[in-house]
Amino acid sequence: MMKRKIVNFKVNGESREVLVESNALLVNVLREELGLTGTKYSCGTGQCGSCTVLVNGKPALSCLMLAVAVDGADIVTIEGLAKPDGSLDPVQEAFLDHSAIQCGFCTPGMVIMGRDLLNKNSNPSESEIQEHIKGTLCRCTGYTSIVRAIKSCGK
Amino acid sequence: MNEIDYITPKNLEEVFRAVEKKKRKIKFIAGCTNVIPYMRGEAISPELLIDLSSLENLNYIREENGIIAIGALTTISKLTASEIIRNQSPILFSAASLLGNPLTRNRATIGGNLADASPAADMAPPLLALEAFVHTKRGEGEGREISLDKFFLGPNKTVLAEDEIITHITFSKPKDSARGIYIKLGFRNSMAISVVSIALMIEMEGKVCQKARVALGAVSPTPIRVYRLEKNLEGKEIDQEIIQECSVILKEEISPISDIRASAEYRKLATSVLFKRAIQEVLKGEKT
Ligand SMILES: Cc1cc2nc3c(=O)[nH]c(=O)nc-3n(C[C@H](O)[C@H](O)[C@H](O)COP(=O)(O)OP(=O)(O)OC[C@H]3O[C@@H](n4cnc5c(N)ncnc54)[C@H](O)[C@@H]3O)c2cc1C
Ligand code: FES
Ligand code: FES
Repeated sequence: MMKRKIVNFKVNGESREVLVESNALLVNVLREELGLTGTKYSCGTGQCGSCTVLVNGKPALSCLMLAVAVDGADIVTIEGLAKPDGSLDPVQEAFLDHSAIQCGFCTPGMVIMGRDLLNKNSNPSESEIQEHIKGTLCRCTGYTSIVRAIKSCGK
Repeated sequence: MNEIDYITPKNLEEVFRAVEKKKRKIKFIAGCTNVIPYMRGEAISPELLIDLSSLENLNYIREENGIIAIGALTTISKLTASEIIRNQSPILFSAASLLGNPLTRNRATIGGNLADASPAADMAPPLLALEAFVHTKRGEGEGREISLDKFFLGPNKTVLAEDEIITHITFSKPKDSARGIYIKLGFRNSMAISVVSIALMIEMEGKVCQKARVALGAVSPTPIRVYRLEKNLEGKEIDQEIIQECSVILKEEISPISDIRASAEYRKLATSVLFKRAIQEVLKGEKT
């Protein structure tokens, strides 16, 4: 039997308490225990970025984090990016406007990275955007419209 | 998988108490960007994970009396955001900016990069060229201060004992006249474990090279300094002939492997091309 631990953290503004095994990955706890399946699980080895969430305001790969290690942390997943009234984040709107979504598997990670960059740099250049989404792969290879969508949010 | 326990000590005393008490296979963890893939691949099977990331006082970048000190838990992102690193050790700054991608850099730590001892570890060549020291602690005893060129033993092997922690890394601030460069050759920039990387620092007086430091990644079982090459540059006017000599020395001094990324022959060739490019850039005078 794996050792279990109680972990308390905030997800999308709500406090949660979960009993997890010591080696459980954050991505699995978010998806399976908390039903937040917007966060995707793909490579499981840090190579693709589809499992990206914000941990204490910084983007992190939830497949490379132990759930026990986020005790006390503040986590935002793609589900938490929209406002409570359901209106979308401007980056999400821009992805819709620019048809920057094909199969949608990379979209949560891409949107979070776009949001993160815009928080630090209100008017990023194309190459700054490319550099920032370097770790987020789109297997449908729709990078042009993804970069365009993020760029359109700059001011 | 065997049973795994996990603890987050708040200070070093707690770390060493846990190490002493538990007679289990321990593994320190920091950003986990290496450890989790290793655990999944069952390359390691620890019984107790000791998470160092709550040790706040090991997370800092300081400059004092010409010495730059970096806490082991400092993330690569923090290095790329540091004015001290950008201004005082540009080669470390550019290596940090080239490590993985923003997501990896947010979690990856400098201590984890060195302790992992990948031949391609990006923090190693610049820190070797800066003649850095690794400072460690183990139990109640005095810590050790290990010159980085004595730290690596082989792929994923260092002189660290299983229960020894890197606390920080130090190096002297380079002279104002020092110039350096870090070049990393990798495929597919996005993930880019290096195929070859080089860190070069030189101090020139007029046309004469006073001091040279050259370190390489991914072409030997460990990151290495190339002492013979350094000696061949020091005290000389660097011209095309010297550069040519050096690139021959380089090929003799390295022992690259063939792997999925590149053949040994390719790595030898690439190393010498990279060296020429590095020295020419540095001589052009840009302070990178
Ligand atoms: C997608 C991806 C891309 C990557 N790209 C690069 C790259 O371009 N260049 C590169 O160099 N690396 C790269 N890496 C590897 C890795 O991210 C780095 O080596 C990172 O710096 C490791 O730090 P960590 O804190 O995550 O270490 P962890 O995984 O937590 O630990 C690694 C090892 O160090 C030990 N350790 C950690 N901290 C200490 C300490 N203070 N004292 C003693 N032992 C300690 C652990 O026990 C373990 O053996 C990449 C990884 C991924 C997943
Ligand atoms: S699933 Fe986490 S990076 Fe691919
Ligand atoms: S839209 Fe399919 S992976 Fe990017």
